[in-house]
Amino acid sequence: MHISTSSQVTDTSDGRAKNASKKMGAPAKRRKVGLFRIGEEIPRGLYLSIAAASFLIPLIAWCVVSYRGMVTQLILPTPTSVVQSMIGSFSDGSLMPDIEISVERITLGFLSSAVLAIPLGVLIGAYKSVEASHEPFVGFVRYIPVPALIPLVMVAAGIGEPAKILLIFLGTYFQMVLMVADVTRQVPRDLINAARTLGARGPQLLFSVLLPATLPGLMDTCRTMIGWAWTYLVIAEVVATDSGIGYHIMKAQRFLRTDEIFVGIFILGILGLLTDLAFKLAQPRLLPWAEANKN
Amino acid sequence: MSTAKTDRIDRITPAPLVHQDDPLAGPVLRVEDVAKVYSTKKGPLTVLEPTSFTMATSELVSIVGPSGCGKSTLLHIVGGLVNATSGSVYLDNKEVTEPGRDLGMVFQGYTLFPWLTVYRNVQFGPMMRRLPKRGRERMADLFLEAVGLSNFKDHYPKQLSGGMRQRVAIARALANAPRILLMDEPFGALDAQTRIIMQDLLLDIRRRERTTTLFVTHDIDEAIYLSDRIFVMTAHPGHFKAEIHVPFGQSRDESMRTSPGFLAIRKDVYELLHSEGKAVAEAEINAMRPH
Repeated sequence: MHISTSSQVTDTSDGRAKNASKKMGAPAKRRKVGLFRIGEEIPRGLYLSIAAASFLIPLIAWCVVSYRGMVTQLILPTPTSVVQSMIGSFSDGSLMPDIEISVERITLGFLSSAVLAIPLGVLIGAYKSVEASHEPFVGFVRYIPVPALIPLVMVAAGIGEPAKILLIFLGTYFQMVLMVADVTRQVPRDLINAARTLGARGPQLLFSVLLPATLPGLMDTCRTMIGWAWTYLVIAEVVATDSGIGYHIMKAQRFLRTDEIFVGIFILGILGLLTDLAFKLAQPRLLPWAEANKN
Repeated sequence: MSTAKTDRIDRITPAPLVHQDDPLAGPVLRVEDVAKVYSTKKGPLTVLEPTSFTMATSELVSIVGPSGCGKSTLLHIVGGLVNATSGSVYLDNKEVTEPGRDLGMVFQGYTLFPWLTVYRNVQFGPMMRRLPKRGRERMADLFLEAVGLSNFKDHYPKQLSGGMRQRVAIARALANAPRILLMDEPFGALDAQTRIIMQDLLLDIRRRERTTTLFVTHDIDEAIYLSDRIFVMTAHPGHFKAEIHVPFGQSRDESMRTSPGFLAIRKDVYELLHSEGKAVAEAEINAMRPH
């Protein structure tokens, strides 16, 4: 039995057999690339081309419609005029302070929300008693549309910086508490049980097991919530303010400067993209142990 | 265990290892009339009938039975992770009320801490006890060597195969020096080849460490290959149907699997489980039928 298997092994290792297997190894027939097969990979080149087209086609459409004058400049400015006013607003120094103040607001609003939401969310996810005392109420509050709170916020906090940060906070906090609670609940029960059988107790379970286990989920949550924070920032800046990107857009509207509105929108898009990219790049560096996350 | 069940146990022999006058020679584990009843919408559901058994030092005892027979529940009760409805578990004559380092456990699913390296995973138990670094590293080195993973100290669990993860899980449980090792279908998620390698590894470790081990599985061959004694368990409600002694001693190897003695035991266990298989299937269907 042993002899016969080993002789088979030497058979396949001679030159002819190798060639034969090489021929066999090459795909006999090229499989057709299917664009609509659920979950199936497509060639990377094709993927990138489609992705590039998703930017190029709207851009071309914009060029055609605007340069041909199919729509008035008042509604749709030409790409050239948008680029010109972007360069203009950067060089005359009117845009940079707006970007800075917006970034500052979002950082403060988002950080205060995260710092308060993560501990509460983890506790809700960990202990049923905390869940009972907090989750139903938080679940109710999160359905109150934040713009509906603006008058109240202005009465309470005025129209200064605290009001804007408070608005971002209100828009993200309750949602974040519930998302963090969900992340915590998803930590496998067996992981906690394993720690208990190894002698971990109360606070050790919370800090040495539950908390680290939630970290990848917490990063994902933060990544989602910072997107929301941008929305509430603009709401806050459009309503009552004299600075920020949202204000920049509102001011442009007052003077019918559609090109300036476009500049503001692009800046928001780019900043959003950059924050998302920062989170994406930070994850494998901060949590090298976490399973790779698509997107 | 109720007498109605006991008369079906054919090969039971009284525990010969206990010497009454020597307290240290007594059973490590004593399970007394442990039962589990869940309350459901349709009324109480008995998952486990009152069950009793004892385990002597360095014995390996398996509980084999179909899924849903309550074997895993019983193991979790022994480990202090699930409360019994009635009855008690004693480890070294002390009642078990909660999980702890004396009751080491290896689960079927992968339960390594993904944020810790292999080395730190194995040190987790000693770390919780605030053992000094030198001591806990020595323990980790020892048991990583025992499971053949000394070269994977700095790997994260996600970089390991399923079999390697279970090796680390075994090393992690043993590095905590438990009084008893509880294993809940630890090789259930592994492919057939890896499972056999892991069984030999477990035998090897047992020869060296002489750890008292309670092993739950649905794999009859695995139970016979590893165990000194096997409890055959059937469902609806879960109870021990028979106790089987496996007379192969400490020296076991692959050739055992095809020996006549092995096959005879295998036939016995199979018949014990099979005779009730049909009844169980019918009971399950009846239980799901709307009234």
